[in-house]
Amino acid sequence: MSEALSQANSQAIARYKNNFLKEVEERVEDGHWVKMCMQCGVCAGSCPFGPHWEHSPQKLFMMIRAGKREEVLSTDSYWLCTSCYNCIVRCPRKLPITHIMHGLAHYAHRLGTVPPAQPGRAIAVLFWKNVVQNGRLNELTFSLKMYFRDGFGQGVKNAMAMQGIGLGLVKTKRLNPMEILGGHTCKDKGGIQRMVAKAAEIENKRRGMA
Amino acid sequence: MAKKQYAFYPGCSSQKGASASNYLNSFGLMCEKLDIQLNEVPDWNCCGASIAYAEGGELPRLVLNARNMAIAEKEMPGQDMVSGCPACWLALRDARGRFEEHGSMKAEANECLKEVSLTYNGTVKPRHMTEVLIEDIGYAGMKAAVTRPLDGVKIAGYVGCQTNRPFGIAGESFENPKYLDKMIETVGAEAVPYDQKVTCCGGALAFSEPEKSFKQIRDIVESAYDHGAQVIATPCQLCQANVELYQSEINKKQGTKFNMPVVFYSQLLSLAYGGDLKQTGLDGQVIRADVLEKFIK
Repeated sequence: MSEALSQANSQAIARYKNNFLKEVEERVEDGHWVKMCMQCGVCAGSCPFGPHWEHSPQKLFMMIRAGKREEVLSTDSYWLCTSCYNCIVRCPRKLPITHIMHGLAHYAHRLGTVPPAQPGRAIAVLFWKNVVQNGRLNELTFSLKMYFRDGFGQGVKNAMAMQGIGLGLVKTKRLNPMEILGGHTCKDKGGIQRMVAKAAEIENKRRGMA
Repeated sequence: MAKKQYAFYPGCSSQKGASASNYLNSFGLMCEKLDIQLNEVPDWNCCGASIAYAEGGELPRLVLNARNMAIAEKEMPGQDMVSGCPACWLALRDARGRFEEHGSMKAEANECLKEVSLTYNGTVKPRHMTEVLIEDIGYAGMKAAVTRPLDGVKIAGYVGCQTNRPFGIAGESFENPKYLDKMIETVGAEAVPYDQKVTCCGGALAFSEPEKSFKQIRDIVESAYDHGAQVIATPCQLCQANVELYQSEINKKQGTKFNMPVVFYSQLLSLAYGGDLKQTGLDGQVIRADVLEKFIK
């Protein structure tokens, strides 16, 4: 975690003191399920990217209960969730593990505790911004922003590496270069933006993060 | 026969000029032959897919889906809301389930929907296209429309994740769903045994974590070859794109010689129903499916 804690993070520490489980229960999506984990490890063994996770879901649940706040919020583990839902369907206690992983990722993002340049976060943030802007995803601008996220030079390199795939898609009419000019949009994109902003406002208030 | 009516939610990747536009192209003839009428939900928006969670909190993601369902309720009352996309379907079902379970969340969503002058009541049922085919048309119904059996084609039915988990198709198991194999056999092809049928392709993370995803994709393609498949078929846009598009990258990096076509179940059906290159969407394959194209005179 960076030396300069974000304001949101300092406030959370002050509010919950050493009770990290309570913090997760109140502020993380489906966090109230964490205490139900019986540490069987099926989730850890079911995850397609499991070997790359610093801490498996099983371990994260125990770390939350043990109050290992900084370790849980600064790991990049849950950013490796592919949303395959293996853990959810196999969990004998029926914990919505995938949702909790997404919830932890969201919370860490909000507090500013995510390791810098985490690619899963980069893609997820770009995706959301792209969608909220027009109401629908623009695959072209989304891909380009992803490739160019580390600056122009790296972007050109990334785009060159992927040009074969891009050309194949253009040739088969599965990528339209003209989408750069805007592409598909919703008529009521203004309404959608207001609706989403309202939802964020209500949720922040409910979770004590306004 | 009166056509069966459905509210239709195509989703972003099926739009014209998007990565799965050929998937949607294959729906026209298939639906016509099966007396299915798809009525597009007006001004639908993105469902949020599976990676909206970093920036988008729970309620902002749920209201995106509430808006789509509210439009369907208002404009196409009584019709089930069908999507061809597993992520869209999953997001709708997930939202509907959470609203049912938590009345307070439904009230909050309706507060937000005031911004777009809509109300969500919870009366619309989200369904995946494969559910419509299996449950409303049935395997016998799908078979009855076959005019061009795909004799001799060996196909690996790759179900992937999100049509299978966490909800899945009613009556199917999470570990070994059989419906895709049955659909393959319904059109006269052979479903080969396939041990990677529910393996994750990496999903959206194929984009952000390509190296880690390549292992998944390699397993999926290699197993299809090992079991004698000539084509992989799938019900998922992201599975199709990842497994088809990254084969060339894996060949470059790992010295493999993969060239396995990856198509949608709907392309198999429209081909078996007499479709041409355009109607089947087979003109949209980056790895051309010659073994299927040869049926088209």
